[in-house]
Amino acid sequence: MEIPVIRNILEANDRISEQLRNMFRQMHILTLNLMSSPGSGKTTLLERTLTDLKEEFTMAVIEGDVMTSNDAKRVAATGAQALQINTDGGCHLDSSMVLQACNQMQLDDTDILFVENVGNLVCPAEFEVGEDYKVTILSVTEGDDKPEKYPLMFAESKVMILNKIDLLPYVDFSLERATRFASQLNKDIKVFPVSARTGEGMDAWYEWLRQEVATKKA
Amino acid sequence: MHELSIAEGLLDIIKEEMAKNNVTKLLSIKIVHGQMASVVPEALDMAFKALTVDTPMEGVRLEMEEIPTRVRCCQCKLEFSPVEDDIYLMTCPQCGAELGHEILSGKELYIESIEAE
Repeated sequence: MEIPVIRNILEANDRISEQLRNMFRQMHILTLNLMSSPGSGKTTLLERTLTDLKEEFTMAVIEGDVMTSNDAKRVAATGAQALQINTDGGCHLDSSMVLQACNQMQLDDTDILFVENVGNLVCPAEFEVGEDYKVTILSVTEGDDKPEKYPLMFAESKVMILNKIDLLPYVDFSLERATRFASQLNKDIKVFPVSARTGEGMDAWYEWLRQEVATKKA
Repeated sequence: MHELSIAEGLLDIIKEEMAKNNVTKLLSIKIVHGQMASVVPEALDMAFKALTVDTPMEGVRLEMEEIPTRVRCCQCKLEFSPVEDDIYLMTCPQCGAELGHEILSGKELYIESIEAE
């Protein structure tokens, strides 16, 4: 016999994501889902952000990687609370992993929770993890055609950080071209060209974080 | 490979529905996926096979129906389906407006029905 079902296949993920979102709302925690390719400098960007803003905010990090806890160790060295999730081969974090991680963390008084997703420009965009916003990090060594080639990630992101701008003289990367593609996919996207290594451009990113934390607390 | 997570979600729902309807033998599953849900049917089929090998569900047929993207223009309100290589900008064929259109269909990802006995 035929049994009608009509159920959203990702409903389990969406349900837990909504539960997380409610929890973060009540706790006034700004939650950002950081996504990028491997090697874009996500962890370096986080290390610098956690160090530069540590007097201002209490921040915590959930680190998603296929293997190893190297990144959590780097992040914890800044003094921030960090928890590693290993997906053991999985290409993205999902909301149940983030919920489990949150249960093991002390998030009271946290202002910002960064969820560093598995390095991958495709799958993480499909799975909400209770975040306020998705932030995509693209480094200039990867090529300015990435927004065009991986549109979903950029279309869903509130912020695009263009990292490693200190290397611009050595690569054929047009900031204008990458920005134009990303804005075509998502006309409200905010673009911050930075070098997490030298610190150039980081102030604009920090200013955005300050505004969003204030909004979340209002 | 997000198809593997989709296949896992699929299995959970099917097991629940089969128990609810008192059936034990699954014959086929009908899945509806919108063009914007970016599901690769072959990859989903492979993921489902991998998860059900050596189980009673091995060999069950997955029928997949793709729903094309359909939007209403944010400027002139024309309803249209964007052409193949323009599914993200979605240039309106009547007034040329891009982006920000109201999405009428194309984001679906659900199980429509199962056949079981």
